[in-house]
Amino acid sequence: MRLKNKQKISTKSKCFLIVIVVMLYNCSSSEIQTVTTLNQLVWSDDFDNGSVPNPTFWGYENGDGTSQGIPGWGNNELQYYTDRLENVKVEGGMLEITAIKEAYMGANYTSGRILTKGLFQNKYGRYEARIKLPLGQGIWPAFWLLGDNGSGAGWPQIGEIDIMEYRGQEPTVVHGSVHGPGYSAGEAITKSYRLTNDRFDSNFHVFGIEWGPKYINFYVDDVLYNQITPANVTGNWVFDSNEFYIILNMAVGGSFAGNPTSETVFPQKMYVDYVRVFQ
Amino acid sequence: MKNIKFVYSKIVLLSLLLVIISMSCERELSEDAVLATFSPEPQVFVDGFSSGLEYYPYLDSKQEAFSVDTEVKYSGTNSMRFDVPNVGDPAGAYAGAIFRDENGGRNLTQYDALTFWAKSTKAAKINDIGFGQDFGENKYEVSKRALQLTTNWVKYIIPIPDASKLLQEKGMLWYAEGPENDEGYTFWLDEVKFEKLGTIALIQASILSIKDKTVTSFNGVKTSIDGISAKFNFASGLNETIAISPSYLNFTSSDTNVATVDGFGVITTVSAGSAVITASFNEVQALGSLTINSLGAFSHAPIPTQAPSNVISIFSDTYTNAPVNYYNGYWAPWQTTLSDDFTVDGDNILHYTIFNFVGMEFATPTIDASSMTHFHLDAYMPGAISAGRELRIIIVDFGPDGAFGGGDDSRHSTTFRAPTLVSQDWISIDLSFSNLPSLAGRSNLGQLILEGGDGSNIFIDNVYFYN
Repeated sequence: MRLKNKQKISTKSKCFLIVIVVMLYNCSSSEIQTVTTLNQLVWSDDFDNGSVPNPTFWGYENGDGTSQGIPGWGNNELQYYTDRLENVKVEGGMLEITAIKEAYMGANYTSGRILTKGLFQNKYGRYEARIKLPLGQGIWPAFWLLGDNGSGAGWPQIGEIDIMEYRGQEPTVVHGSVHGPGYSAGEAITKSYRLTNDRFDSNFHVFGIEWGPKYINFYVDDVLYNQITPANVTGNWVFDSNEFYIILNMAVGGSFAGNPTSETVFPQKMYVDYVRVFQ
Repeated sequence: MKNIKFVYSKIVLLSLLLVIISMSCERELSEDAVLATFSPEPQVFVDGFSSGLEYYPYLDSKQEAFSVDTEVKYSGTNSMRFDVPNVGDPAGAYAGAIFRDENGGRNLTQYDALTFWAKSTKAAKINDIGFGQDFGENKYEVSKRALQLTTNWVKYIIPIPDASKLLQEKGMLWYAEGPENDEGYTFWLDEVKFEKLGTIALIQASILSIKDKTVTSFNGVKTSIDGISAKFNFASGLNETIAISPSYLNFTSSDTNVATVDGFGVITTVSAGSAVITASFNEVQALGSLTINSLGAFSHAPIPTQAPSNVISIFSDTYTNAPVNYYNGYWAPWQTTLSDDFTVDGDNILHYTIFNFVGMEFATPTIDASSMTHFHLDAYMPGAISAGRELRIIIVDFGPDGAFGGGDDSRHSTTFRAPTLVSQDWISIDLSFSNLPSLAGRSNLGQLILEGGDGSNIFIDNVYFYN
């Protein structure tokens, strides 16, 4: 089922990507690195039909994390996730996740979180999504993968790959990270990517990873800006064993982006044009 | 209130359109053909004046405030230097100028910001700095108010609210700055240019300083929309608000039978009724609104007939008013009265809303009415006269010390009720000083207080002493 495409660099475009990696890291060991070339579409959602996310692809994770045993979702987040259309809907060929400032079930904000847990799980592949992000202090949208905990392992042993995280107060910066044992939360292995002549809230951008054995490459649009390998992590590499599922969500407040201020405008919307997985 | 007249000069645009129309049958025009008409030159002052740029200081400003500095500069060979005068500088009370393109204007549609580097000899805030002022219509004026300078070179960004409108902009740069705490100082600008940053996002435009206001109006009254601003978000994540001219917005009246509004945000009341004026910017509703409550045709107060030489006027359009400190003292904490003064056909009216009491002061200097025999005031109550409604007129003399308090003040209060008080007609009140026994003197009159309001509205006109 799972194809492991491991190839040496052969095309010019990949050479370009490698040059960037080399420049960023001043990599002295080798100019040839392993990069996947995964172009076979195995799963995708273009959000073209219906008014809610396709239930055969996506489930919801509602609430404030309390029923999951992590109130504030482990990060002091302020939102209550719901599956109401106000928070999660499909319209105009887009998935719209909306963060609203409202009193709801004891929280002051509502938002949405959908995931493919139990519906689509996979190891390795090229994961990418085309997203237009929201804006404002304390807004924290993400496109990420979480390891399935069917084995009974907990976080961070299950592994987490944050393909895109974003602080609403930094409209030109996104972050790609991995979390694992010994390198989780504030100690996650992270790299940031900054746009120079554009903003993430003004236009759509493509966020992706190319994930194979012992490496994860992070890219935005056509720019590969990071590669993480076991050599980069300060603990066990947990990305070559269990399956991962996809999560799309928008948090409000919390330890990563801080809390909203009076300057933060609500509602805020995250538009997702598509999510695609290649092997 | 000012009635602003705008002169449109559409000739150039019209002739341009004619060219486009006459050519359209021959070949398809690309956008470039229009763009080529006016220069897209982005530089304003990078190393010296850009082509066509001219310096025009404001008439009452320090004319020599601007110079080209070859010693202090951010980069290149020179910078723009501005010497803000000290208080009392005979050369001018402030520094201010426009820098205008004399080549007919520039096409700035491809840019999204005016940017420059600046520093100053001390921490200071430039009152106004921006673009779009051309000593003409100033149609697309933009100002960053209170731009904060430091003694280090810092890059500043002033967003272009809607570049698609700047097809022929002449106003490249303008500024106005006075002394800081009475002291002059020097600041420099360098690398002044228009740029396409791509990292600026509009958050929200607003009118009337983000308030929902209501004004009473009458047929023929012109009211301007002010307090217009737009909030932008920069790559830093910080919001910046700039003041912008009305022409960037589209205005709408909810009932054009009651009030109309033009592209400059000037409202004309045309009949009785209520209309809400709102605005949009980039098809997004702006915050703030103005509700026009029109009472229809305005009935003017009787025009005073006393000879000017026999009158000391506090408020009238017939006479020259004596110095007045204020017509509404907003006396805390019990005063509810607000002012919503208006002008109808050149007739200025004091309009007090939520009226309980209000004080006017004319104390610098106090008024010597010893040669006057009477006091006059016209009042109009647009609402019904409730049972027991009073209007008390209190004249206050500050006594020999000429100042409020001091134990020598005196005052007399005169109360009026129905049938003197009537609704929807001018009530002319004349008081003889001989009937104001509690007023110990009238050579140092300092205040006039109106009391007895029930929270409704009242118009006041023609307040004066006479003999």
